[in-house]
Amino acid sequence: MNWFSKFLTSSIGQKVIMSITGLFLILFLVIHLIGNLQLLKNDGGESFNIYAAFMAHNPLIKVVSITLYASILLHAIQGILITLKNKGARKQKYLVSNTQTTSFASRQMALLGTLIFVFICIHMGDFWYKMKFTDELPLQKYATHTEYVKDLYSRVYIAFQQLWIVVVYVISMVVLTFHLLHGFQSAFQTLGLNHRKYTPVIKAIGTVFAILVPLAFALIPVLMYFN
Amino acid sequence: MKLTLKIWRQENSNASGKFQTYQVSDVSPDMSFLEMIDVLNEKLIVKNEDPIAFDHDCREGICGMCSMVINGRPHGPLKGVTTCQLHMRSFKEGDTIVIEPWRANSFPVLKDLIVDRTAFDRVIASGGYISVNTGNAQDANNIPISKIDADEAFGSASCIGCGACVAACPNGSAMLFVSAKVNQLSKLPQGQPERNVRVLDMVAQMDKEGFGFCSNTGACEADCPKEISLTNIAALNRDYLKASLMDQ
Repeated sequence: MNWFSKFLTSSIGQKVIMSITGLFLILFLVIHLIGNLQLLKNDGGESFNIYAAFMAHNPLIKVVSITLYASILLHAIQGILITLKNKGARKQKYLVSNTQTTSFASRQMALLGTLIFVFICIHMGDFWYKMKFTDELPLQKYATHTEYVKDLYSRVYIAFQQLWIVVVYVISMVVLTFHLLHGFQSAFQTLGLNHRKYTPVIKAIGTVFAILVPLAFALIPVLMYFN
Repeated sequence: MKLTLKIWRQENSNASGKFQTYQVSDVSPDMSFLEMIDVLNEKLIVKNEDPIAFDHDCREGICGMCSMVINGRPHGPLKGVTTCQLHMRSFKEGDTIVIEPWRANSFPVLKDLIVDRTAFDRVIASGGYISVNTGNAQDANNIPISKIDADEAFGSASCIGCGACVAACPNGSAMLFVSAKVNQLSKLPQGQPERNVRVLDMVAQMDKEGFGFCSNTGACEADCPKEISLTNIAALNRDYLKASLMDQ
């Protein structure tokens, strides 16, 4: 086995894969949020639809999206493998389980991750699939844009008029908060980035990020439902 | 004090164990936890019953032999304390105490509360040492070492290898132990020549022993009787990453 595959199959290497894909997904959340906040702009979806058309056709974005899909799958598959390994490392369980010294999020990363993966499937099936692989979306022409663009905004609007979809989105964002509360700072620890001066800062940023970003995401369906 | 003890009894590594309940009275709050078990064992011996097998040696918190999970916590509820240094004043009259062995596939139960921790020995044998020619001991201050480095190395070296980290970890991971044993050497000049090989070999052996992976829950740090910090694990990750990339 050469050094690279040896590294990637080692316990630490597999954790590094989780860490790097996780940090990439965290970065994606920021970009995704900035783009999607245009849904709340009061222009009948014009800027959002033009932005969506740009994201669907730009070749550079295509490369980034493939990296993103690969990261989601790798993070999920690697996460499952690590969880199976970890659950199997203690066949005989304790009679009294200890929950006093660890956070709920740190113990339930796999469960939280699975729920997020289910959410991603629903979310992408609703919008990404319809945008990319069907002609269901009506075309729109805007004065500021030369070509016809798919009206993804109206699709999002219709979806977020249904209460159960809004509820699913809000619950999923709460789940994401817990996943990030542990995941954000854990990613740095796994990469060995632990320092007396900076780790408290990373932990604080992680906590604020884990609360604010999912909250902003959750506000989109809630505000669109009530408007 | 009167107490109810639920203790794991297991004949040998092949037998399936079960919990057995014992009532103990006349427990002094000044007794250590192990002395309390000693008193129970004396009574069992008088009754011609098999005494409870448990590991112990120095009984002053430095050897790393005692190993009991008390009410779900390795070494019991106190911070920075081994089972032998836990006293019965930490419990209340009438308490029910559940006593289990360290549980991890890599630490098979030998009998009752005694587990086989030789997996740790094999990790150390794989690289937890420095190679020096024998001869007269060098003058202590021949190699200048900064106070900070010396203190950090000593902090890591205070790990007594009891295995509470593995017992506490939801994943049965040995990362805190291995990281302490890697760092006690990598912080010092004497540890440098074999630094890369050491971390690669010790992590490889740790994986081979079947310990789970670290998921940074912090359970190990919370229950470590020597309060070894998670920064050791970060340093191990860093060293392993660097060694994987740089080692020839």
